Amino acid sequence: MEMPKPDTEVIARKARVVARLLSVLPDDAVIHDERETRAYECDALTAYRCPPMVAVLPSNTQEVSDVLRICHSEGVPVVPRGSGTSLAGGALPTADCVILGVARMNDVIETDYDNRLIRVQTGRTNLSVTGAVEADGFFYAPDPSSQLACAIAGNIAMNSGGAHCLKYGVTTNNLLGVTMVMMDGEVVEIGGGYMDAGGLDLLGLICGSEGQLGVVTEATLRILPTPEGARPVLMGFDDNEVAGACVSDIIKAGVLPVAIEFMDRPCIEATEAFAKAGYPMCEALLIVEVEGSDAEIDHQLALIMEIARRHNPVELRESRSAEESAKIWLGRKSAFGAMGQINDYMCLDGTIPVSALPMVLRRIGEMSQEFGLKVGNVFHAGDGNMHPLILFDANKPGDLELCETFGAEILKLCVEVGGCLTGEHGVGIEKRDLMHVQYAAEDLEAQMAVKDVFDPAWLLNPAKVFPLDASAGRRAVKLAAQ
Amino acid sequence: MMVRSEQELAALVADAADPLSIRGGNTRGMAGQGAALSVAGLSGIILYEPGALTMVAQAGTPLDEIEAALAQENQRLAFEPMDHRGLVGSQGGPTIGGVFAANVSGPRRIAVGAARDFLLGVRFVDGRGVVVKNGGRVMKNVTGYDLVKLMAGSFGTLGVMSEVSFKVLPRVETQAALVLHGLDDGQAVAAMSRAMGSPFEVTGAAHDPAKGQTVLRVEGFEASVAYRIGRLQTELNGMAGEMTVLTASEAEAFWEKQRDVAVFHGEEGDIWRVSCKPSDAPALLAKAGAEAHLLDWAGGLIWLRMAQGSELRARLDQFDGHATIVRASAQTKARLGVFHPEAAGVAKLTAGLRAQFDPKGVFNAGLMGAVA
Ligand SMILES: Cc1cc2nc3c(=O)[nH]c(=O)nc-3n(C[C@H](O)[C@H](O)[C@H](O)COP(=O)(O)OP(=O)(O)OC[C@H]3O[C@@H](n4cnc5c(N)ncnc54)[C@H](O)[C@@H]3O)c2cc1C
Ligand SMILES: Cc1cc2nc3c(=O)[nH]c(=O)nc-3n(C[C@H](O)[C@H](O)[C@H](O)COP(=O)(O)OP(=O)(O)OC[C@H]3O[C@@H](n4cnc5c(N)ncnc54)[C@H](O)[C@@H]3O)c2cc1C
Repeated sequence: MEMPKPDTEVIARKARVVARLLSVLPDDAVIHDERETRAYECDALTAYRCPPMVAVLPSNTQEVSDVLRICHSEGVPVVPRGSGTSLAGGALPTADCVILGVARMNDVIETDYDNRLIRVQTGRTNLSVTGAVEADGFFYAPDPSSQLACAIAGNIAMNSGGAHCLKYGVTTNNLLGVTMVMMDGEVVEIGGGYMDAGGLDLLGLICGSEGQLGVVTEATLRILPTPEGARPVLMGFDDNEVAGACVSDIIKAGVLPVAIEFMDRPCIEATEAFAKAGYPMCEALLIVEVEGSDAEIDHQLALIMEIARRHNPVELRESRSAEESAKIWLGRKSAFGAMGQINDYMCLDGTIPVSALPMVLRRIGEMSQEFGLKVGNVFHAGDGNMHPLILFDANKPGDLELCETFGAEILKLCVEVGGCLTGEHGVGIEKRDLMHVQYAAEDLEAQMAVKDVFDPAWLLNPAKVFPLDASAGRRAVKLAAQ
Repeated sequence: MMVRSEQELAALVADAADPLSIRGGNTRGMAGQGAALSVAGLSGIILYEPGALTMVAQAGTPLDEIEAALAQENQRLAFEPMDHRGLVGSQGGPTIGGVFAANVSGPRRIAVGAARDFLLGVRFVDGRGVVVKNGGRVMKNVTGYDLVKLMAGSFGTLGVMSEVSFKVLPRVETQAALVLHGLDDGQAVAAMSRAMGSPFEVTGAAHDPAKGQTVLRVEGFEASVAYRIGRLQTELNGMAGEMTVLTASEAEAFWEKQRDVAVFHGEEGDIWRVSCKPSDAPALLAKAGAEAHLLDWAGGLIWLRMAQGSELRARLDQFDGHATIVRASAQTKARLGVFHPEAAGVAKLTAGLRAQFDPKGVFNAGLMGAVA
């Protein structure tokens, strides 16, 4: 993965930058010792690493503003960081940057049940937002699998979603307002405790902008009442195509499950060997979960099972208890770990129109033969978000490169059938150079024009999201200006 | 001017030196100054996949046509776009592009989200005449910046949309509504908050002080609707005196009127729309001095009928939300500004975006942001 050359003049000013940062932050919030900055050298895309010049851990919006003002005046690039669980290298540092971590900013500022919202500092982890309100019967809906660790900051930057977003939407659908610090240190408030801001939808723009438009320090989030109950059903099919048709029929029938998860045979086999969830051995497995009162769940599951029966399932298993539900979800939740037991893997994240599912799975199978690398598929089937896991051996020379090429081919296929390069993990550095596949030059220009407005000097997380050749001109102007 | 293709639209905008007033059906009469540019000629559904809950249509497609196609598959636009004609006395037919350009959402917004939450992809022509696409036709997409959201609610000030793709939802089997009688604004907001905070999935919560009715909508399968209405009755017991239940057809008629703010049709005065925190609504109403009002979105949306020329924003002072003029004389609109003034930091970003996307300043000049 190519990254721009670090700016040696910036690095030469390190001592002065550190001194200025220490003038606005406590000593223990400025990390500049080379051994200690190593803790920030990568996010969850561990194949690429580079320690930052400095890492800072501010405690509030004012400190973030002070840091950014200093970095702006010194021409130092800043890479915002939540918990570092990005799978796209979105928080990967450069040798000339300041990593701005919000991990110490994890307070709940306000909970307001009358208006169904919570205001938090953005370093707070996703799961602990729900933790703050669940005793009172509420929850925060977006539920990325990383929710125990990932921060609201990263969720907003990546517009993260989870298994239940079929019903509840992703981060952008649950975000009411933010406090954001611009690269020059100015603090802006966007949205608030009300719905639909009056002017342009800047909130919608910031959500998913991968830390390139501003540093989000506080967020107002929508919270929802906890449903009365939830229950899954597990179904196995002998054919991917039939399973795909079943998904589409369930949706057409007017039942709106909260989750429809899909696993293919390689994934089922790996999972069974690892977690022993008691899954049937078949080509395709669906887990469908519905919510509501007991009677309502019974009614919806009856409808779903009737549809499933029409597709000749090899297995149909309705949960009867909390233990059975947990067992049904166990395999799905262990899928990534199970694949990791077999070998190193690369987790892709493309989306496709659900109608293209059988064709795409067939092609991935063929490509797996061609490349000689195994693939397992787990999948948010309700919304077409695929996670092909390509197995490779990191110690075998050339395997990583082969895996990357294969991954790129799969993502190109997603775009070809009408889908897109990433459904929830983001572009970061990982998919940066594939952006040309989905977007024409003028489409990328329009997006970069937005960054020009928010961060004219291109100092915030600069070499991410856009292909290096497409953003080169803008980044060069920045350097020349210093 | 009426364009027939995206190419024609792009060429026309590229050549434009003077302001263009962008129009779908112009049912809102809300286009900016300049020569009228109609996109109604860009019409037709391009792709509809009921099993994937997605539709792609040209921006000028009449809303009627979209809704009819959806009805055939037993699906709908869940954000419940309002028909504005009765309120502002306009003619013509609303278009799907106009709905998204104005981010038009009705009562169900509190449960399912706004129009912008359903918009998945756009093609638009920017102020230089360049065709840009963003998003796609799948539910989840984080590939680059979300210009789709930016275009929703931009009222044609950043680009003219030529094509939109959006998410649709199944129609429900049935609905019913619980009516609470005799509550004042404060009591109504409290009751609506309690209902929204319950797990019984209320998809509409409105209050009409003139009739003394607070109405809660429940939708879904027959048995489930009956069950949840019952549970809500128990939940709200003690918060209201009398409670009655509307049948499916009564409820449907009620929510259509609520959506289109029918109580103000044919009435004199300026119409304002205030978005706020629900619990702030009663205090804001006390300050507003309106001739009449209606609450929607569990109190988060206030429709106001004011004496002509009233300076509502000055009366409300600072609050967490915004106030927009929906109907008033041209002078009042020019004097007060249709849209709520923005804080300096936000206004600077808005101006910057407009300058980037429309450097010649041809789109809907004077519409957003600028107070004459
Ligand atoms: C095991 C595992 C499972 C996962 N499952 C899911 C899943 O189901 N769904 C999903 O969507 N994702 C998933 N992810 C990906 C990841 O967890 C999400 O992208 C998450 O939102 C990242 O949050 P973070 O706080 O760790 O962000 P980081 O990795 O620290 O940063 C991510 C991005 O956010 C930016 N950023 C960080 N803080 C700020 C800020 N304050 N202001 C502005 N920008 C900021 C960074 O610059 C970077 O671009 C998974 C990851 C792992 C490791
Ligand atoms: C302040 C305000 C608040 C409103 N609130 C609501 C509400 O809460 N609920 C509701 O249902 N309705 C609301 N409306 C009405 C809404 O504008 C119309 O119902 C809808 O836009 C009708 O479509 P149309 O084709 O007639 O649009 P038009 O009246 O032709 O256009 C509406 C706006 O969109 C622009 N526009 C139209 N087509 C395009 C396009 N293809 N590309 C780019 N821009 C385009 C126009 O320039 C204009 O600014 C509101 C309107 C205003 C002004």
